[in-house]
Amino acid sequence: MQEASAQQVHQHAPPEGFIRKYVFSLDHKVIGKQYYALALVAVFMGMALSWLMRFHLIWPNSKIFGLELLSKVGAPGGVMTPEYYLSLMTMHGTLMVFFVLTNAPFAAFGNYFLPIQIGAEDMAFPRFNMMSFWTTFVAFVVLVLAFVIPDGPPISGWTAYAPLSAVGSDAGPGLGWGQNLWGISIAIFCVGSLLGSLNFIATTLDLRTKGMTLMRMPISTWAWFITSCISLLAFAVLLPACVLLILDRVAGTSFFIPAGLVVSDRLQPHAGGSPLLWQHLFWFFGHPEVYIAILPAMGIVSHVLIASIRRPLLSAKVIIYSMMSIGFLSYMVWGHHMFVSGMNPFSALMFSFPTLTITIPATIMTLIWLGSLYGAKIRITPASLFALGFISMFVSGGVSGFFLAQPSLDIVLHATYFVVGHFHMVMGVAAIFGVFAGTYFWFPKMTGRMMNEGLGKWHFWLTFAGTYCIFMPFHYLGLIGNVRRYSAFVDDFLVPLLPLHKFITIAAFVTGAAQFLFLINLIHSRFWGQEAPVNPWEATSLEWTVPSPPPFDNFGGKHPVVYHDAHQYGVKGSRGDYVMQDSPETVVPES
Amino acid sequence: MGKLFAVILTIIALVSAVPIVMHTWWMPQDISAHGHAIDEQMSETMAEAGFSFLAAQLLLAFFVWKFSNRKDDGKIRTFPGGAKGLVAAAFILVGTEMLALGVLGQKAWATVYFTPPAANALQVQAQAGQFAFYFRYPGADGKFGALHPDKIDEGNQNYFGLDPANDVEARDDIVTGELAVPVNREVHLMMHAKDVGHSFYVRELRIQQDFVPGLDLAVHFTAVKTGRYEIVCTQLCGLGHYNMKAYLNVMTQEDFDQWMKQKASEQ
Repeated sequence: MQEASAQQVHQHAPPEGFIRKYVFSLDHKVIGKQYYALALVAVFMGMALSWLMRFHLIWPNSKIFGLELLSKVGAPGGVMTPEYYLSLMTMHGTLMVFFVLTNAPFAAFGNYFLPIQIGAEDMAFPRFNMMSFWTTFVAFVVLVLAFVIPDGPPISGWTAYAPLSAVGSDAGPGLGWGQNLWGISIAIFCVGSLLGSLNFIATTLDLRTKGMTLMRMPISTWAWFITSCISLLAFAVLLPACVLLILDRVAGTSFFIPAGLVVSDRLQPHAGGSPLLWQHLFWFFGHPEVYIAILPAMGIVSHVLIASIRRPLLSAKVIIYSMMSIGFLSYMVWGHHMFVSGMNPFSALMFSFPTLTITIPATIMTLIWLGSLYGAKIRITPASLFALGFISMFVSGGVSGFFLAQPSLDIVLHATYFVVGHFHMVMGVAAIFGVFAGTYFWFPKMTGRMMNEGLGKWHFWLTFAGTYCIFMPFHYLGLIGNVRRYSAFVDDFLVPLLPLHKFITIAAFVTGAAQFLFLINLIHSRFWGQEAPVNPWEATSLEWTVPSPPPFDNFGGKHPVVYHDAHQYGVKGSRGDYVMQDSPETVVPES
Repeated sequence: MGKLFAVILTIIALVSAVPIVMHTWWMPQDISAHGHAIDEQMSETMAEAGFSFLAAQLLLAFFVWKFSNRKDDGKIRTFPGGAKGLVAAAFILVGTEMLALGVLGQKAWATVYFTPPAANALQVQAQAGQFAFYFRYPGADGKFGALHPDKIDEGNQNYFGLDPANDVEARDDIVTGELAVPVNREVHLMMHAKDVGHSFYVRELRIQQDFVPGLDLAVHFTAVKTGRYEIVCTQLCGLGHYNMKAYLNVMTQEDFDQWMKQKASEQ
């Protein structure tokens, strides 16, 4: 049955011509690379924006070379205005959360490897797949357009709280067409993500090859599958929320705007809306979004880890069930972003308990990863270093969640740098470490060439130490009460904290510069790297049975048959201490 | 190389913990009647989070040190107790810890939000707008005049939109740019926003509450130490957000009475 449907689905022949091959391609591998390339462009843009912001925080009156070219109004004479700081901050957050953290670990690697790992020739709906990438691309273009229109990018942050985001230009610069473009871009992005999620779910359920039972799927595939289920529900709520926001802005509705608001001395012509409605809708998406970023990273890291420590995890099942419970709980906790928002204080308790409960599956996963290292044979490569670094970052970003899950402590820590430190570590850095681990691990398969290991290790050391230097002090700043989203620190209380901010800024410059090592490695290895063998890491899953890079239809027209799960390491196999998933040999435990 | 990882991680973990243990950067001194519950909760949570952080990081460093690049004759071994032991440990340890934090933490939350203000609490109204806070005291009659958003006129200093011509209750209302309160007296602060979302945050007072347009919200607190403390906006409200602040002036009762008299004469 599964085999038959796989054959029926794969109807398209190998494409000919540049456009069908590389641009409007139906091939999941090309689409995966396109997502990766888009994320790469977005991440370097987002990083450049963070450099500009960190520079401005320390030297608010200094000229930034070339900034005037980006915006004459936002940076007259090259000196950034407070509102332009907020514009850059909004764009940084939006680019990073949507176009990097959603795209890279989930859409890019998921597209490339999910079909291969389950033994399929392509996604269930290749045309939908192409559409989801190009929709996402349009969303990206629409967002970036905000940089060039006269209004400039919006200043309302990536959370776009109403009514600031809803009442229009009266509330400030960037809140006219800039905010419109933001809303339209995110709505389009939601459509792309919904199409992608449906495709992932259908592919996982329908196109598994013979013998590939659900529990035999690699943990990475499980992670992408669970993520696509979360993503389907989350973006289905954000999409209408964005539409309502746009209607409030352009059609005179009042979903998020109450009566009697006087903005810029003008009584606003709205009545009956609720700003809290936007917050509920946004965070109903926003919290699961955190897991959309981190779950694929967990999957990738587990997958890389077992190949690097030469033994299975203590229990793959426990990891999978933990990911499922995290996915389930992620829908019951959105209110912890709103403890002091003015919602009923009783509901704070109802959101606090599930939030604290998430700690249990998260701790279980951490303990399983740690416990699996015990008695293992760890091979140190750039991929395994980033996987180990992920565990460290996940713990560091996770423990600050203990504080933020409690309404009473949120009174003190809400909207401070403590929150910024928390989500950058757990959602930003940890997820990006997952992407780095995946890149160093799968690059040989994706391009047919090995990456430079020495450069990769340097990249790791600088990034690992650097990100700690940036984000650990954020927590200290938050504890003392340094409010976030300030474009300058001018009051008596915050001025003494500037030296610590200076340290962070310097760390951000060094760590950011280290990312160019990665970029150089990526480009250089792509063209001049050493040729990659089929299975350089001696790994077990199906992607390592096909040539590097895989042919158009992945398995050369054959359908692999699977005999084992993907965790057969530390055994006596015919090739070494592992047994491939498609090898019919019986697994003999290493005595 | 694994050993290098272990060394670097150990250094990072220990160095990260130093400022926390030394309280190099810590919450400023608490001046509220309720804040000690929050501070205790913070210390307990910090102890538990700090222990989890150090234990996990050092364990990770130790395992990577010990089990990386082993010789090939080294056998794969399994962690004593296996997955079951670890899952049980996570459930019991973390479950109890989280339950304890959850239950204990509610006490501090409840003192702020679930107890009504005393009947004789000082009534003050706060309005947040781009990019300033204004405060209103009811004056001698003890009653606030009604608000008329259409009458807001900042040029004529009618920040709240009062209508003293027709509204007797509004005539003696006292509007100021700073929040003056007497020490050791409960204050019932009724909050509303003029335009977009803002927030009221006084670090030393352990109070943070958003202003939500369209909603009338309230907090109550008792300041127990005289002094001048910053009130800052923590909800992104536009280009002047970073500079939106006012002062909380906690005075002795005599000073407060004096201040009130002076303000009444200025209106």
